[in-house]
Amino acid sequence: MTMTLPQSPAPLQPADFASDQEVKWCPGCGDYSILAQVRKILARQGVDKANTVFVSGIGCSSRFPYYMSTYGFHSIHGRAATIATGLKVSRPELNVWIVTGDGDALAIGGNHFLHLLRRNVDVKILMFNNRIYGLTKGQYSPTTLKGKKTKSSPVGSPDNPIRPISVAVGAEATFAARALAADVKHLESVLERAAQHKGTAFVEIYQNCVIFDDGGYNYLAEKSVKAERMAYLVHGQPIRFGHNNEKAIALRGLTPVVVNAADVPPESLLIHDEHAPDPSLAFLLSRLSHPDFPEPLGIFRDVTTPCYDDIVRDQITTAITERGPGQLSQLLRSGSTWKVA
Amino acid sequence: MSIADVVVSSHNDQPSAKPITKLTAVTIRFAGDSGDGMQLAGMQFTDTSALLGNDVSTFPDYPSEIRAPVGTVAGVSGYQIQFSSNDVFTPGDDVDALVAMNPAALKVNIKSVRRGGMIIVNADAFTPIDLKKAGYAEDPLTDGSLEHFRLIQVPMDTLNNAAVAPAGLTGKHADLCKNFFALGLVYWIYGRSLEPTLAYLHRKFAKKNPAVALANEATLRAGYNYGETCELLDQQYAIDKAKLPPGEYRRITGNEAVALGLVAAAELAGKHLFYGSYPITPATDILHTLADLKQFQVTTFQAEDEICAIGATIGAAFGGAIAATGTSGPGLALKTEAMGLAVMTELPMVIVNVQRGGPSTGLPTKTEQSDLLQALYGRNGECPIPVIAAASPSDAFNAAIEAVHIAVRYMTPVLLLSDGYIANSSEPWLLPDLNKLEKITVNHPTTADAATFKPYRRNQENVRPWAIPGTPGLEHRIGGLEKQDVTGCVSYDAANHETMVRLRAQKVDGIKPVGMPFLWTGPRSGDAILVSWGGTHGSVKAATLELQHQGLQVSQCHLRYLHPLPRELRALLAGFRHVIVPELNSGQLRQVLKAVLQLDIKGINKVRGQPFSVSELVRGVRSVVKTSSDHEIPDESTPGTWVRPEPTQKISPACEA
Repeated sequence: MTMTLPQSPAPLQPADFASDQEVKWCPGCGDYSILAQVRKILARQGVDKANTVFVSGIGCSSRFPYYMSTYGFHSIHGRAATIATGLKVSRPELNVWIVTGDGDALAIGGNHFLHLLRRNVDVKILMFNNRIYGLTKGQYSPTTLKGKKTKSSPVGSPDNPIRPISVAVGAEATFAARALAADVKHLESVLERAAQHKGTAFVEIYQNCVIFDDGGYNYLAEKSVKAERMAYLVHGQPIRFGHNNEKAIALRGLTPVVVNAADVPPESLLIHDEHAPDPSLAFLLSRLSHPDFPEPLGIFRDVTTPCYDDIVRDQITTAITERGPGQLSQLLRSGSTWKVA
Repeated sequence: MSIADVVVSSHNDQPSAKPITKLTAVTIRFAGDSGDGMQLAGMQFTDTSALLGNDVSTFPDYPSEIRAPVGTVAGVSGYQIQFSSNDVFTPGDDVDALVAMNPAALKVNIKSVRRGGMIIVNADAFTPIDLKKAGYAEDPLTDGSLEHFRLIQVPMDTLNNAAVAPAGLTGKHADLCKNFFALGLVYWIYGRSLEPTLAYLHRKFAKKNPAVALANEATLRAGYNYGETCELLDQQYAIDKAKLPPGEYRRITGNEAVALGLVAAAELAGKHLFYGSYPITPATDILHTLADLKQFQVTTFQAEDEICAIGATIGAAFGGAIAATGTSGPGLALKTEAMGLAVMTELPMVIVNVQRGGPSTGLPTKTEQSDLLQALYGRNGECPIPVIAAASPSDAFNAAIEAVHIAVRYMTPVLLLSDGYIANSSEPWLLPDLNKLEKITVNHPTTADAATFKPYRRNQENVRPWAIPGTPGLEHRIGGLEKQDVTGCVSYDAANHETMVRLRAQKVDGIKPVGMPFLWTGPRSGDAILVSWGGTHGSVKAATLELQHQGLQVSQCHLRYLHPLPRELRALLAGFRHVIVPELNSGQLRQVLKAVLQLDIKGINKVRGQPFSVSELVRGVRSVVKTSSDHEIPDESTPGTWVRPEPTQKISPACEA
C-alpha cells in the first residue's frame, strides 16, 4: 500500500533539503551517499519540509538530521524510536524518519527497535550498518562478524552477530529491506519504496566505515565478486545471481540450496514474494549469507497491517462518538458527590 | 443516580433501643485477606461518612503480592479511616475499632489498636488451621492476650452464609459478601445510614447481577441488625457533621487527582494530553485513569519500558502536546538520561514520581519520601529541573496543573512528586470552580516569525520559543549536544557552554510560583518551625496544632515548591528558635536546607514504609523543644530524632517470603 506524504507547496530540488550546516562525516564515508539519495527521493516525491521530521540517536549516522533542512531531533543513544513514536502518535500527519546505526538500533536501542516494529508505528527507519562503533573509535558492534579484531576485541570478537533483517521480521516488521550505500541507484529505489510504505519501514543499509573497518564489505561488494555474492530481490521472480546470472535459490524441504538455473525445472526455483502475509519466506531470505549463499539486497517484506498511530486515533474517535466529547465539569463529578451547605 | 440524590439520615429508620454516645473523632480499620474486599468496605464506609458530613481521611495498606497464601500475615490488606466532626488531617494514629476477618489480620494490626479499643473478629475464621497459618501458637481469643481490648466475637461466616442463602449464593460466592456483613455491623456501631451503600449496590449490580446485589444488601442489613441484637454491643456512637466549607465535594485519591489535574491542565492550555508510562506501583492508577478518558482527546501510551515512556513524552512535547510521564523511584532512575535531554532541548513536560520505599525495588506498596535528592540532583551534568510536591491527595490536582503551567511557561521539564500515601489515600475534595482556574497560555511561533526565529533566542525570563513541526519557515534541529546560545546550533565552545549552563539555571531559579509555594500554619515566630514537604502535610499539621494546644509555640511551613525554594524561606524561618524538618527519609530536605540556608536544622525521621503518626511527631518535637523557655543551643553533631516505635513483635528469624 502506498500513502500520500505531506506535499510541498512548491517543487523542490535535492539541494532544498540541505541545511546550512557543514557535513562533517569523514571523507569517503558511505553516509554521504545515503544523505544524497534521501534528499533526492524526498525532492522527487514533493515532500513538505515543514511536515517532515528526522529523529536520530547517537553515533556517526545520527548526525544526519543536522544536514537536513526539515525539522530534526538528534536525541540520546538508542532512544530515537521512543521519541519518534511519541511524536508520530501525537502528530499523525507528520512524515517521521528515524536515522540510526547498528549500535544505536540493535545494542543500546534493541528493546525499542523490537517494540517499534511490532506496533507498526508509521515511521521509516534507516539503519546505517557499518558493523563497527565509529564515533567511539572502533569497537565491535552487534553486527560485527564473529572473530573480527577491533580495539575492544584484540583477539577477535567473541559475539555472534545479529542479523538485523531476521530480527526485524521476527518482530513483525511490515517492511524490511536491505541496500548498499555504494549502489546508489538501487539504494534510491529502496528508499523510495520505504517512503511510500504505510507502517514501520525498516531499511538496513550496508555502509562502509573508511576509518575503522575500511573495505569491510569488499568481500560482498567488490566489483569482481558482487555478482556472485549478492542477489537482488525482485518480487515475483526467482532469486538469480552469478556472473552470468546463471545461479538461483531453490528449496529442499525447508532448506535453501544454490542451483544452476538451467539444470532444474523453472517451477522448482524459489520465487520471491514481498507481499506474502506469512513472514517465513522473508525470514528465510534474511538468513542467506556469505560464504554459503549470496546476501540478498532489496525488499524482503512489504505487507500492510493497521498502524499503531491510526489505531490509537481511532480509539479516541470512537470514545468521542460513543461517550460524547469529554466534559471536565462532569469528569470532576464522576463517582459520588455531595453538597455541604 | 448519584449518591447525592439519596436522602441521608444519620441513623437507620427504626430508632435504636441502645444508648448513643457522642464522639468527636474515630479511627477504624478494616483488615482481612487481600481477597476479602477490605478496600471496598473501607471506601464504602468513607463515602457514607463523608455524605453524613464528617471530615474523613483514609489510608489503604495492602501487600505487594496480589494474592499471598490465604490466611497468612503476608496477605493481609487493611483500610484505615479517621472520621470526625472536626477537621481531619490524617487517617488517625491509634485505631479505636479494628475489624479483623481472620487471625492473620488480627496479628498484623493488633499493635495499632489503642488500649481499650474495640476488636471485632470473625470468630468463624479462628480455626486451628487459620491460627497456625497466622503463626499463633495459642488462640488469642481465649488466651487472655486481648484482655485490654473490647473483644467482640462474631460468627461472620455463619451469619453471612445464612443471610445470602435466600439470594441463591453459596460457597465461594457467599464468602465474597462477608465484607458487607462486617460493614453493616460497623455502620450500626457508628450510627451510619445504609442508604449510600445500598445505592452503590443498586448502581453496580442491579442490572448486571441482581443476585449479587440482593445478597450483599441482605448481608449488609444482617450485619446492621446483628449490632442491634448482639448483647456484647451495648451502645452506639454518634459523630456530628464537621464544619466544612460549603460547596460540592467528592472523595479523591492522589493518583486520581494527578490524572484529573493533567486533563484539566491540557484543557486550560487548549491542547491535547499525551501520557506515556510503564506500569509501576504505586503510580499505575494514573495510567489506568487516563486510559479511560479518551473522549478528552487523551492519548495514553503504555511503553515497553520507563525510558521509552519518557522518550515518547519528549517526542510528544516536541510535537506540541501537553506531555507527561509518570513513574515511581526505580522508574525515575531509568528516566534520568532522558530527563537530561529534556533539560537540554528545553521542552515542556511533567514527570510524575510517586515515591515508594527504596532503594532498588524496595517496598513497592509502601510510602516514603526518599527520592527528593534524586529529583533535585539525580542527573548527569548541571541539570536543574523545577520540583513541586503535592501536599495531599486533593492537592495533587492543583499541583499537576501548576506543573503543566510552569513547564509550558518556562519551557522546562517539571518534576511532580507524590508518594504512596498520597497516591492511594483519599479525602473529601471541594470541587474547584473551573471558570476560576487560570488559563495556560501557549505561544507557538508561526511562519510570520520566520525572519527573526532562532530556536534558542530567549525572552526576558530566559525562555526559548516552542516552535513545532508543521510550521513552514521554522524548520530547525534540536538535540542533546550543547547548543550555541541563540542559534541552537551544536557548539563545543568552552565559554558558550558555561553561558548555557548559567542560562538554564537562571531560567529555573527565576520561576515564579503559579500556586502556593508553601502552606503555613501558626504564628510567624515561636519555639519551633516544622518544615515539611509532600505527603506528611496532614500529620505535621495535626502535630503542630496538638503542640500548640499543649502550649508550645510551634508553627508549620509546608513546602510545595522544592526547587526553586521560596525566596523568602530564610526570613520565614528566622523567627523561630528551632528549625525541625520531619521527613519519611534519613534527612534529605534537611540536608538541602542546611546547605542552602546555612542554618542549624534538626530532623525527625522515619523510614518504615508508613506515614508519621501525630503522636510520634509530637514526641519528636518535644524532644527538641524541651520547654517553651528552652534556650539551650542544640548540639550540631546531633543528627536529629529517629522515630522508633517500641517493637511489639519479635522479628521472626525465618524468611517471610
